Amino acid sequence: MKEYQTITEISGPLVFAEVDEAIGYDEIVEIETAQGETLRGQVLESSEGVVAIQVFEGTSGIDQHASVRFLGETMKMPVTEDLLGRVLDGSGRPIDGGPDIVPEERQDIVGAAINPYSREYPEEFIETGVSAIDGMNTLVRGQKLPIFSSSGQPHSELAMQIARQASVPEEEEGEGEGSEFAVIFGAMGITAEEANEFMQDFERTGALERSVVFMNLADDPAVERTVTPRMVLTTAEYLAFEKDYHVLVILTDMTNYCEALREIGAAREEVPGRRGYPGYMYTDLAQLYERAGRIEGREGSVTQIPILTMPGDDDTHPIPDLTGYITEGQIYVDPDLNSQGLQPPVNVLPSLSRLMDDGIGEGLTRADHADVSDQMYAAYAEGEDLRDLVNIVGREALSERDNKYLDFAERFEEEFIDQGFDTNRELEETLEIGWELLSMLPKEELNRVDEDFIEEYYHEDATDADNTETEATAD
Amino acid sequence: MSQTEQAVREDGIIASVSGPVVTARDLDARMNDVVYVGDEGLMGEVIEIEGDITTIQVYEETSGIGPGEPVENTGEPLSVDLGPGLLDTIYDGVQRPLDVLEDKMGSPYLDRGVDAPGIELDKQWEFEPTVEEGDEVGRGDIVGVVEETITIDHKVMVPPDALEEDEMAEVVAVESGSFTVEETVVELDNGEDVTMLQEWPVREARPTVEKKTPRTPLVSGQRILDGLFPIAKGGTAAIPGPFGSGKTVTQHQLAKYADADIIIYVGCGERGNEMTEVIDDFPELEDPSTGNPLMARTSLIANTSNMPVAARESCVYTGITIAEFYRDMGYDVALMADSTSRWAEAMREISSRLEEMPGEEGYPAYLAARLSQFYERAGYFENVNGTEGSVSAIGAVSPPGGDFSEPVTQNTLRIVKTFWALDADLAERRHFPSINWNESYSLYKDQLDPWFQEEVSDDWPEKRQWAVDVLDEEAELQEIVQLVGKDALPEDQQLTLEIARYLREAYLQQNAFHPVDTYCPPEKTYLMLTTIETFHDEAFDALEAGVPVEEIIDIDSAPQINRIGVQEDYEEYVEELKSDITDELRSLY
Ligand SMILES: Nc1ncnc2c1ncn2[C@@H]1O[C@H](COP(=O)(O)OP(=O)(O)OP(=O)(O)O)[C@@H](O)[C@H]1O
Ligand SMILES: [Mg+2]
Repeated sequence: MKEYQTITEISGPLVFAEVDEAIGYDEIVEIETAQGETLRGQVLESSEGVVAIQVFEGTSGIDQHASVRFLGETMKMPVTEDLLGRVLDGSGRPIDGGPDIVPEERQDIVGAAINPYSREYPEEFIETGVSAIDGMNTLVRGQKLPIFSSSGQPHSELAMQIARQASVPEEEEGEGEGSEFAVIFGAMGITAEEANEFMQDFERTGALERSVVFMNLADDPAVERTVTPRMVLTTAEYLAFEKDYHVLVILTDMTNYCEALREIGAAREEVPGRRGYPGYMYTDLAQLYERAGRIEGREGSVTQIPILTMPGDDDTHPIPDLTGYITEGQIYVDPDLNSQGLQPPVNVLPSLSRLMDDGIGEGLTRADHADVSDQMYAAYAEGEDLRDLVNIVGREALSERDNKYLDFAERFEEEFIDQGFDTNRELEETLEIGWELLSMLPKEELNRVDEDFIEEYYHEDATDADNTETEATAD
Repeated sequence: MSQTEQAVREDGIIASVSGPVVTARDLDARMNDVVYVGDEGLMGEVIEIEGDITTIQVYEETSGIGPGEPVENTGEPLSVDLGPGLLDTIYDGVQRPLDVLEDKMGSPYLDRGVDAPGIELDKQWEFEPTVEEGDEVGRGDIVGVVEETITIDHKVMVPPDALEEDEMAEVVAVESGSFTVEETVVELDNGEDVTMLQEWPVREARPTVEKKTPRTPLVSGQRILDGLFPIAKGGTAAIPGPFGSGKTVTQHQLAKYADADIIIYVGCGERGNEMTEVIDDFPELEDPSTGNPLMARTSLIANTSNMPVAARESCVYTGITIAEFYRDMGYDVALMADSTSRWAEAMREISSRLEEMPGEEGYPAYLAARLSQFYERAGYFENVNGTEGSVSAIGAVSPPGGDFSEPVTQNTLRIVKTFWALDADLAERRHFPSINWNESYSLYKDQLDPWFQEEVSDDWPEKRQWAVDVLDEEAELQEIVQLVGKDALPEDQQLTLEIARYLREAYLQQNAFHPVDTYCPPEKTYLMLTTIETFHDEAFDALEAGVPVEEIIDIDSAPQINRIGVQEDYEEYVEELKSDITDELRSLY
């Protein structure tokens, strides 16, 4: 392996070096500084005679005397089942003081695309125990369902609650014969404090032994963040598709990942896309998110819950926008609901699970599930609309019907959504609360629910009882 | 992708690699030639030639490829293989069959450097000639038929480039029986051997005689489309909308229920699971016009978001070329592209790697031209062989931030004649399909009316206008309601709001996941509208007779309007409902 001391330019996270042999695109590079520190990087562009290298740890400390070695291969992740229980840095090196990792295989972290023909359509219901998700935005195995949040919101609590409670109902009964469950946690640029919350929760619940943790914290190199999720997903794919695990991947915070992409793009003087983010960010994100799924003939699955904080709480910002265009729905954490004290503060209206329709219903969850969910969406949306109006004209000016919808919206938030971060609700219970709330409305209003279900589940006496509670009735 | 006769021309070597863009030195190539890049032979296409340097977009991942590796030119433009076997198949963006790739690669992951012909070369087809020795044939003429699937008879044609425009040739030999696609089935006196396989460069439209005004609707079974904003067979439509607003579901509904003969579904830069869903569902679902499995009339092209970007750029062309091929057989073809924005972004990505001068929002200056070239290939045509066929093109558009003022949406709207505007607000309240009825339009409406009048009812246009008027009025009234509440409105306006609510909830909404409601024939669409109109007429009579609006609104039968959609025996149901509504309202005065 040849060493070069031919660095011609250092610019942001990039180093340019002259070479006299063919260097492969994406190849891994080691740079040794004059101080003896070894940094790692990757070839971003390879031309005859010169290469551009992106340095993961940042370029500080590098000067023109540093020596550059090309390792002749693209970046690999050493994978083995023994990774479970381990804590690694953002480049996959152990930081928990444990033994060296003896890999069973070394896999390319870029990961080839799954042939759409080889995929299996995800439709196995995951019970998260969270009503806002199970009832209204059902998660299924192999889905990618991000949490759209903003800074200072309890998105981590929600993610931890899901990681803790997630189970697949039939399997509990089927005496643990199915595949095992594993969590892979990828931290990108989050604070040590946030990271500790996760770690403590993992330790407290004993989840750590079935987890692999990758930590790139706020003070770790930003460019490393571009490899962390790839390390995470390579490990996830290995455990899922070669070792039959059902893997839940939590990636936080995707916003920091995208910032790192932007930084590299700027250093390369690329023509920026929307708001300064690279034009290829959609493709780049897709190459991460699309690594969720199921594969025909393989036992395991990769389910992704990426977390992102929306800059300015604006979902048209390129990061949430491009994410939403790739993922199979999204869960919104809402600052207003949070300040009202709802736990979890999930706003179901803009939230969506696109794989819900095929994952629920008779034989999967319950026959009335879809109708209940649809009707609650419609009713809550109507109640929400009326809140603006009520501020102007007051409750008295509204009809009896409108008042019922207002009451519905209120109780929906208090009873259905606000369950607490430690409550694990079974789906039956979630649907039961749903029916209790729907029964506040007259039967004729339930036009999205099949008449047979109304017959079976509607609480006949609820309407009248609630009428007396409503202080203001029309006329 | 075509593999035949690779007359290899001068080879070159790689000079640089940057993502999907590779430059080569010393390569003797023409624009759009297909080349094989590097030791692994990755497929690529020449997109720029400048002096000694040739720029290539590579259809596969380029990791690990470096300068000095060889580049080999095929000397042929990017083409598709056309022949029996296109249907009931799923391809990637450069027409490699994905099932064959899975087999060859022995892995569920897409590996590099594996090629596969678009058409199975060793499969035998039963060829039945429709010409005899001594017949005169021209370019594009049909010389025989093959049963391609249970639904589709594949017409074997003289390739359009085998003869000049008005040139005729005599059939000197005709075979019938079992043949592979490469075997000669018909010989012409000019030496041309006709096989079942044709090749066509994807970026070039297949020739036609003339484009005609389309007068038949592409009936979709979706009430808001057929009822308010119909598209013609041979028409163009755009469905723009933010994420999660229903573009893909609408495209899938069209692929399932549109009354086209052939469906070409192009998944361009979207989700893998969405393609898997189609692969799973279509063989099971029935084609509403024939009862056969839907897959028997469908060809899928899947270049998902994580597959190479350059192949995303070409997948749309692969799709439309296959569509034109079936149009030439005299079929009505409908092509869905989900999403054209990803295609435009692929152009942008390649263009920026070429360091071309960026236009609006970084898109290349030729964006508008490419979009219109694509939609121009749609239309109702007289084909060169005298048959008539159509290609309808329906493109999803994914505007960043859901903002329709961006270049892809705007340039698309300048070309297409049907606009189905999806609305995040409607989607949030689960009003599906969340097509905004105030913003959407169809410029085909008037030319399609005679068809609906003939096939459904004479007063189809009037009924539609009535619905549009009520919805317009509602939009105006809603503004007042936002300020003062509903109860402050005069009674007749309150009643109008109630009628409009039924239009929205019963007529405009349609649940794609309900086994019955998912498909609504035009007759049912019509009957539903007339039921609401009956309620309207009777209700206003009652109001005039002095019945208070609350009582009118409260009648038991009216909410049944919302259940028409899920009725299988809707005729009877509607009949009864109309008379119930009438009786109930008349009994109030
Ligand atoms: N006609 C419909 N009936 C019932 N549900 C629908 C309908 N249309 C859309 N939906 C719901 O909306 C969800 C999102 O729709 P869809 O996937 O088509 O959005 P999209 O516009 O293609 O989004 P993206 O741009 O992210 O691909 C679906 O998963 C489904 O739950
Ligand atoms: Mg879509």
